[in-house]
Amino acid sequence: MTAAATVSADAAERLRTAIERAVRREVHADAAVAGLRRLSAGASRETWRFELRQPDAPPCSLVLKRDPPDEEIAKGDWLSFGLSIERETEARLMAAAHAHGLPVPRLRFILRPEDGGGRGFVMDYVAGETLGRRIVRDGEFTAARPRLTFQCGETLARLHALPPAALPPLPSLPPGPHLKLYRDLLAAFDWPHPGFTYGLKWLEERLALVGRRQALVHGDFRNGNLVVGPEGLRAVLDWEIGHLGDPLLDLGWLCVKSWRYGRASLPVGGFGRREELFAGYESAGGGRVDSEAVRFWEIFGCIRWGIMCLRFGFNHLAGVHRSIEWAAIARRAAETEYDLLQLID
Amino acid sequence: MPDDRPDAVELVEAVREFLLNEVAPQVHGQLSFHVRVAANALAIAAREWRDGPALRGAARERLARLLNQAGEYEALNRELCRRILAGQPPPDRAGLLAHMRQTAADKLRLANPRYARSDDD
Repeated sequence: MTAAATVSADAAERLRTAIERAVRREVHADAAVAGLRRLSAGASRETWRFELRQPDAPPCSLVLKRDPPDEEIAKGDWLSFGLSIERETEARLMAAAHAHGLPVPRLRFILRPEDGGGRGFVMDYVAGETLGRRIVRDGEFTAARPRLTFQCGETLARLHALPPAALPPLPSLPPGPHLKLYRDLLAAFDWPHPGFTYGLKWLEERLALVGRRQALVHGDFRNGNLVVGPEGLRAVLDWEIGHLGDPLLDLGWLCVKSWRYGRASLPVGGFGRREELFAGYESAGGGRVDSEAVRFWEIFGCIRWGIMCLRFGFNHLAGVHRSIEWAAIARRAAETEYDLLQLID
Repeated sequence: MPDDRPDAVELVEAVREFLLNEVAPQVHGQLSFHVRVAANALAIAAREWRDGPALRGAARERLARLLNQAGEYEALNRELCRRILAGQPPPDRAGLLAHMRQTAADKLRLANPRYARSDDD
């Protein structure tokens, strides 16, 4: 075993102890935590799955989502402004969505500082597939795919109808300021990317197409953040970019080519057609979908994902967090720049 | 200029093969994922080392024509961004788009050559 692996085993045991402290307070004084393992190879947040054991109840699977324990990453990220809500806010947002009947993992509790596990929360584990590549290809999901498209439309319509009074305080990002946020990020890199600069300018000239409504926006509703079973959609994950803004952003983001996993001819997440998505949205009371506005947000999505990729790379270069993963992901911006320039003129 | 063999590209390729063939089978989980990411990063570096100068040279010539001025690639690229932001892009809009599309395709050829031809693979 390598030194790095040994250190991470110690860290995992410290985290297990921290979670156990929390479940003994929140669930049962004699509860225990076993089988803790890292779920995602996520580039920023960590998710861990574990088994909760308690007397007089069957064991159950839970998931911890938390910020990286390295405080320096969170504090030193000079490019993260305005991009993400705190874990506590994300937990309360998910709980509000769950209370309104949306398919979201149920919140169990929020970690406290004295638990020693960092900033995070614990939720139910929802079994199913999250890997986009499998969802668009595997025979197991053949029947699920057309249904999934319609369900995404329905779910988004209901999500956008959540009353703001029921939600925790969220940042407001109308279309103009949202574009400006990404223009400022791009400027902060101080490295020329004419494609993204041109694309943002192109969108700025067309801002009149969007912003007719302000509502809750999930912000990262895409293939890869959906838990899917053979029967269809089971849960929507990753609410950390939740904000108030133009809800049609979520429909455009779901159509960005990066989430089609090679199934480019099916624009909705690589599993469906736009007409099915819009039909689901309208059937659940979302109102008539303006396809030009959705196209605006799909184009914005190419730029947004490209700049998010670059942000990892420039954080690596700035020494915020030296990581081969963060360095490599920046070069994926070439993919979205290429896609972007196919969509605009 | 030293010209010993294996040269820079050949060394990078040797390290990549070492990572994939000897390290990857010995490790698991996140470390295994990162070994593959590292090997892929070396593949990008090797392609860029080999093809980057020619692609950059061609892009510099296109930029110089579009902007009607001489200069190094980075300086011309910054000037292009400045003009787009100022609302004064090069008047040859079709030429500008053709240049940006070609540049994006070239970047992709270095970063992920399978991407552009991966539609419905």
